[in-house]
This record gives sequence, C-alpha cells and structure tokens, in this order.
Amino acid sequence: MSGFTALLARDLRLVWRRPGDVMVVLAFFVVATVLFPLGIGPEANLLARIAAGILWCAALFAALLSLERLFAADYEDGALDLLLLAPWPLELAALAKCLAHWIVTGLPLALLAPLMGLLFGLSGEGLLAVGLTLLVGTPALSLIGGLAAALTLGARRGGALLALLALPLCVPTLIFGTSAVESVAMGEGFLTHLAILGALALLSLATLPWAIAAALRQAGE
Amino acid sequence: MASLHVLANPARFRRFSQRVLPALSIVTALVLAVGLWLALIESPPDYQQGETVRIMFIHVPSAWLSMMGYALLAVLGASLLVWRHPLAALMARGAAPVGAVFAAVCLLTGSLWGRPMWGTYWVWDARLTSMLLLFFLYLGHIALSRAYDDAERGDRAAAILALVGAINLPVIKFSVDWWNTLHQPASVMKLGGPSIDPSILTPLLVMAVALLLLFIVLVLLRTETEIDRRRLEAAEMLA
Amino acid sequence: MTEFEVSGLSCRRGGRPVVGNISFTLARGELLALTGRNGSGKTTLLRALALLVTADAGGIRWQGTDVRHDRDGWRRRIAWLGHLDGLKGDLAVRENLATACHLREASADRVDDALAAFDLAPLANRAVRTLSAGQRRRVALARVVAADAPLWLLDEPLNALDGPSQAALRAALASHLAAGGLAIAATHAALEVPNARVLELA
Repeated sequence: MSGFTALLARDLRLVWRRPGDVMVVLAFFVVATVLFPLGIGPEANLLARIAAGILWCAALFAALLSLERLFAADYEDGALDLLLLAPWPLELAALAKCLAHWIVTGLPLALLAPLMGLLFGLSGEGLLAVGLTLLVGTPALSLIGGLAAALTLGARRGGALLALLALPLCVPTLIFGTSAVESVAMGEGFLTHLAILGALALLSLATLPWAIAAALRQAGE
Repeated sequence: MASLHVLANPARFRRFSQRVLPALSIVTALVLAVGLWLALIESPPDYQQGETVRIMFIHVPSAWLSMMGYALLAVLGASLLVWRHPLAALMARGAAPVGAVFAAVCLLTGSLWGRPMWGTYWVWDARLTSMLLLFFLYLGHIALSRAYDDAERGDRAAAILALVGAINLPVIKFSVDWWNTLHQPASVMKLGGPSIDPSILTPLLVMAVALLLLFIVLVLLRTETEIDRRRLEAAEMLA
Repeated sequence: MTEFEVSGLSCRRGGRPVVGNISFTLARGELLALTGRNGSGKTTLLRALALLVTADAGGIRWQGTDVRHDRDGWRRRIAWLGHLDGLKGDLAVRENLATACHLREASADRVDDALAAFDLAPLANRAVRTLSAGQRRRVALARVVAADAPLWLLDEPLNALDGPSQAALRAALASHLAAGGLAIAATHAALEVPNARVLELA
C-alpha cells in the first residue's frame, strides 16, 4: 500500500469514527445561508440575484471552520513528526491531507449548496451551476486553506489568523464561482467560468503542495 | 554579487546603513520638497477635477511602491528560505509595515480623490479593490511573522506566505478586473485623459522618485530597529 | 565497524546555540545513552539526527555516506519515538501500528510480534484514547519495534512506564541490539542495558 493511500485512508477512517465533526460544518453552512434572507429581506428577485454570492461565501466560511484541525491534530499528538519522517515526499502527504479534507467538506458542500439554492429561487440551470462550480472550485479552497493551516500551526490566534491568510487568496475562486451562476441568470453559459475554475485548481495543485510541505517542515523545526 | 553577500551579515548591514542614512535622508527631503512644490503649486489644476487631482501625485506613486514592496517581501522570502540569510528575515520584518502603510495611503488618497467625483468615499473600482486585497496580504504577512514566540519560525512562515502571495497577486488582479467589468462597464478612474500631459508627468515622476527614496529610508530605519530588537532578545535569553 | 558517525554537530534554536560540536560513533549492536539536564539539548540532538531539525554545522554519516544525500533512504533506516506518542486516539491499538507501518511503506508483518513484546495483545482492539498514559507509551514503543529499522532514536523511552513495562523495553532493546541494530536514547533514568555507552550533554 502506498504511503499516500495509507494516509488518505487513515484520515477518512478517523472522520468516519467521528462524523459529528463534519455534520457540524455542514450545519453551519445551512444556518449561515439561512441567516442572509433573514438579514436582508425575503424579496424573491433580490434573493435570486445574490444567491450565488451568499452560497459561495457561506461555503467558504464553512470550509475554513474545519481547516483549523487539518494539521493541528497531528501536530498535537506527535503524528506530524511521523509524517515528516515518512520515506516518501511530504508534498504527497500534504496533498493526501487536503484531498481528505475536500472529500469530507468540499464535496458535501457542493452537493448541499444546490439544495440551499432552492431557498433562493434559482433556476434549474442555476442550481447546476452552483453545484458544479463548487465541485470544481472547492479543491482550490482545500489547498489554500491547507497552506494557511500549515503556516499557522502552533501560532497564537491561529483560527482568526488562518482566515486572514486564506480569504484574500480565495478571492479569484470566489469571483469565478459566483459569476458563473450570474452568467446563467443572464441567459449565457458557464462553461468558460468552469474552465477558469479548473485552471485555478490546477494552479493550486501545481504550487501549493510544495508550499504546504515547506510550512510543515518549519513546524517540525 | 560578493558585495551583496557581505551585506547579508546583519551587523555589517547596520554599520553600512548608519553611514548611508544621514545623507540619504537629506536627499530624500530635498527631492520630496521639489516634488511637492511641483505637484501642489507648479502644475495646473485639471479642467474637470480642479485642485483635487493633485492627490493623484501621492496616490499613484503609493500604489507603485506598495506593489514594489510586496515584490521585495517575496524576494527576501526566497532568499531566506534558500540561502538562510539572517538579514533577509529582519529586512522583511522591517519592510512589511512600510509597504502596508503605502498601500493604506493609496487607499485613503484614492478615497479622498474619489469623494468629490463620485459622491461617496468608496467605489468598487478594480484598481482600488485589488489594492485593498494587497493591503490584506500585507496584514497577513505582518500578523503571521509576529504570531510565534520563536521569531525565526514566524520569519520563515511569513517568507512562504510572501512567495505564495506574490504568485497569486497577478491571478487576484486578473480576477478582480474581470469582476469589475462584469458589474461596472466603464472604469471610473482616469489619470487625466488618454495621454498624459508633460505638465503632469514631471511632477508625477519626481514624486515617485521622492517617495521611493522615502521608502528606502524607512525600510533601512526599520531594519535597523529589527536588528537591534533581535539582538536584545538574544541577549535576554542568555542572561 | 563504525556504522554510524556524527562529527561536529551543532544546532541553534531561537538564535541560541543548543547543541555544540557533538561527535560520536556507533557500531552495530551498540546503544548510546544521551544524558544531561533538562534543556541540555538532548531532544534537539535527536531531532537533528532524524533530520527533523536542520543542523548548522557538522556531519551525520551512515556507513560512510552523508545521510543528507538520500533523505528518504535515511528515513527508512530510523524508527522514531518522540516526547509525544504519535498515536491516533480514535484508532485501535492494532490499527495504529498497522497504519504506522503502511505510512512507512513497509509491511505490517511484525505488528503482532511487537504487540506481544509489550503485552498489548489483550488491548489490541481498544481505541487508544481509552488507554492510560503508560499503556499508550507501550503502544508507541511497539510501533518502534514493528518498524523494523536498524537505528532507533528514542526520546525519554522510560517515561510513564511501570516496572514490568520497563523490563519489556529492556528486553526489546536487547534483542534489537543482538540482531545488529543500533539505538540512541535520551534519558534521565539509567537504562540498565549492558554495554551501553553514555554521552553527557552539558
């Protein structure tokens, strides 16, 4: 069994033993999404226009919530040292951790968001756009968030600092994700947006595992 | 580049900086005086915007310098991670607040410049929004480098962040430009027409040079402070 | 025959020198005990040997070659026991050991023997978070035994162990050394292993 698979399987098994951790994140997403109409007003046209932004921002905050524990648990129980001492590239280990995070956070959010989109009166194609853009966009969020989590391991005010570091870097993904849904509302397609989101995901994949590995090594020093 | 490597020793750098600063400060003050005189008195008021266009002479160079400052953080970060130059860490600590202040000045002057034109203190113009995000990246760098009891850990974490941020900046700028054209067809901010009149160009360049010199002076001063602070901390720990 | 050689190793932490100019050699079948007061750099030295911490100066050689030339190869040759146990609380004892082997890309054949060596067979299917501190330390030691690595790097291995467990550790060390393994252990208490060399860190 390769180390990558072993790490991915271990993390997924750990989440399986404590499903409450993931449920809380998804519940937060639902509550946060519902908060906006309560704060803004139930006017249907307005809600349909801002639905994309609300769903994406709520998904972003929900994903950030779960990121703080991504490496912190391993840091606190000493398992991080064992990862640093594994005889295969640390970059792959970083990727395995982010992939596990995406499977238990990004993927469910991408499936849940279109359901929440019904509350905002989005069209069928709009709902599809929400789901697909989140599906393609959340991997980048897991990688960016993973970097922020690795950089703030053991820091004071880690949680707030993590958000401060990650959110500006998530802006491109946020912009293209939401504009895809608006493009649908205007009667145009969203394939270009999906392609750009895919390109952003690939850029993250090509650069961030190395940065995350470097940050993890710093944490071990 | 042997001379640059010699400077990489913090103690030597501090001596070099102390020798250079007095003369450099005087030159900076002179150029700044000339630039301000040209900008505030000599150059003509814009026929549309009146006197407020003069804010542009601070706003535009501030934008350039804040971007240059972040590029400097990225270069220093790379040099810290690859060559472990101790000076790179201290200079990055010193330069980050300076760059952040220039970004803040750019945002403030942009807001003041826009008030008479747009009637509000803020519009979501592509350039201002990008500058706002750059300001947040600076805040992240400053906060991260100071978030650890072990200062060296903070330095190296911030170095990684600076490199990732520098790669992302073009992507962020591209996405904000896209976002802006989606929601606001015409760009609001113009420098004063399709071509820049020489009467505006000269004061602008002089102010740019003046502010660049000011940036350098401030970074040298702050780096000296960081060198001293690091020495104090080391002495305290041995005591 | 010198299997492992350290020369002039120095490390700084937070700007202060913590490990200064350490040199020693270790042959197969030998144990080196690192002693010294708290803060004398024992943990930092161990972490530097494991390449977790970058040393400022000095060489670390295995069979004559600098270990930094093939880091992954070096990681295959060492088994690590740190201050923390490195165990996942929600996984069972046997799961922890099997996962640890797979994370080293090694087979999990020796897990059952390792469990037996520390009398952990009755606890094999219990979640680690339900165990006491001493029991967890035994699981961590079993992980080291199951790793099948020639050099053991142990940081305070006797911590939290009761009498029988300490005896089990000594027995495991003895058979590891007898099979040609090497071990370096940072310890306050005496390890009571015959032929152990001692290096005192000031």
